[in-house]
Amino acid sequence: MADEKITVRKQKIKKNHTKGRLIFFSVITVLLLLTAAFAGYLCPYDPDEQNLLLAQQPPSLSHLLGTDRFGRDMFSRVLAGSTISIYATLMLVAVVTAVGTLVGMICGWYGKGADTVLMRVSDLFLAFPSLVFALAVAGVLGGGIQNAVIALAVIGWPKFARLARGLTMAQKDSPYIMAARLSGCSTPGILIKHVLPNIAGPVLVTAVLDIGTMMMELAGLSFLGLGVQPPAAEWGSMINDGRSMLQISPWMALAPGAAIFITVMIFNLLGDTLRDYIDPKRRG
Amino acid sequence: MLKYIVKRLLQLIPVLIGITFLSFAMMRLAGGDAVTYMYENAGTAVSQEVIDEAKKEYGLDQPFLVQYGRWFAGMITGDMGVSYVSDRDVYDTFVEKLPATILLMLSSITLTMLISVPLGIVSAVRHNRWADYLIRFLSFIGNSMPNFFAALVLMYFLSVKLGWLPVITSENLALSLILPTLTLAVSMAAKYTRQVRATVLEELNKDYVAGAMARGVKGSVIIWRNVMKASMLTVITLLALSVGSLLGGTTIVETIFMWDGVGKMAVDAITMRDYPIVQAYVAWMAVIYVLVNLAADIIYHYLDPRVRLAR
Repeated sequence: MADEKITVRKQKIKKNHTKGRLIFFSVITVLLLLTAAFAGYLCPYDPDEQNLLLAQQPPSLSHLLGTDRFGRDMFSRVLAGSTISIYATLMLVAVVTAVGTLVGMICGWYGKGADTVLMRVSDLFLAFPSLVFALAVAGVLGGGIQNAVIALAVIGWPKFARLARGLTMAQKDSPYIMAARLSGCSTPGILIKHVLPNIAGPVLVTAVLDIGTMMMELAGLSFLGLGVQPPAAEWGSMINDGRSMLQISPWMALAPGAAIFITVMIFNLLGDTLRDYIDPKRRG
Repeated sequence: MLKYIVKRLLQLIPVLIGITFLSFAMMRLAGGDAVTYMYENAGTAVSQEVIDEAKKEYGLDQPFLVQYGRWFAGMITGDMGVSYVSDRDVYDTFVEKLPATILLMLSSITLTMLISVPLGIVSAVRHNRWADYLIRFLSFIGNSMPNFFAALVLMYFLSVKLGWLPVITSENLALSLILPTLTLAVSMAAKYTRQVRATVLEELNKDYVAGAMARGVKGSVIIWRNVMKASMLTVITLLALSVGSLLGGTTIVETIFMWDGVGKMAVDAITMRDYPIVQAYVAWMAVIYVLVNLAADIIYHYLDPRVRLAR
């Protein structure tokens, strides 16, 4: 009895601890998002302004991260790049999650023919290594951030469809669904009002954990010249721009690289904490 | 066992048709203007007749399904057309570049295993002690690092600063292999250390481990004889799944280090809109990925006595 009490208290402390961490990382993420949203106002210099007299300056007090080969301030460019890099990724993850969840819920709910067809289609996409496929799609569509997002979305949705399908199937025969139906709820109503809230947790965790991966893949496409086109500031293409200068001015490639690294880390920490909070059993 | 393999092979057929169809259709969506682009590239203004003639030569005037059928038959017999840019045979180019990529993949998988299996075990055995925390911290760092950034950091420190290794691929194959291998292994090892740790932890909590301990079996014997054996099944599955991200990763890493494999070939081909090459690349990569996963499944079934003996 006493042991039980202690265990319960321990769990409570652990839960509170996780909650604290979750709040902490959420605040950091919000700060990051705000920085990215208002990057234009925060830049000390115009990120696109060239000044060849100041080309390839090492980091100093006036240029915190140095300048690139056109004399553009790297700190301003890294800041400005955060807008595209972060919001394009968030949009990508949102689209993939929404489409995947919708397809998955329909498959899981109705089963039979639609399920078989849609799941075979998703199998097909899952058979491709994701970056290889995205590379080809982006190649066909031509460069540009829009096309890079489309390319990654096309290959990204089946994962969420699989997840949502399994979760929906598990909910389908629950008594509360039966009750909702008996009370006259329409099928779309049940799916949105009752099934969705009950499967949202794991879907959300997967989505947040996916942000980091997606950000790296999107930047990877830009790095290969298939995403954001120069001179627009975006981390992947900035690294690509700086990589030939690694021996002379390493900050050109390392500064945006560090920016991606730190951002991905923040989203991964948020995702891990969210998973611990929602699903304590899967804690590592 | 044999029955299982045959069943899986039969299931593979629709998947292969789907993959090749998708790869083909995707490229054909853009393939129409490839001919025009080719001439534009050459810098000559040409009449519509010349373009039509060229389209005929590449078989682009035929109905879509006919084109697909011919291409699919060619893929099996090793005739995948010629490159729009170099006029070389696509299949030959592909086969010529594939060994370099496979070498890179094998070396990075080997290195990944050498890093992640011991670290994962240490991390699990020393659960929640400082070694565990350190390993988890490092794997978290590795997990958040895009491979192109890892490549540049490694290149900067090992080549530019210390001068130990060539910056890009040179004549010395062994030395040139180190940086790309390290790059690919960093993120993979980070991921698999976590997985190995989780698997071993789960295994350690099972009753037979407690039983063996109670009988006085040495800890190291339990780990290496029993726990490892059981955990290897998961590791094999994970390894097969990792081939997918590895194939994607090689495109970036090969491009950075000028490693002359199929990944770099594909990236070059995409920038030059050399669609036959891209098409062959996408289709073959997917086929390789699917086959590797099938092989892993079969090995898994073979190794797992619960499955093997259940007939």
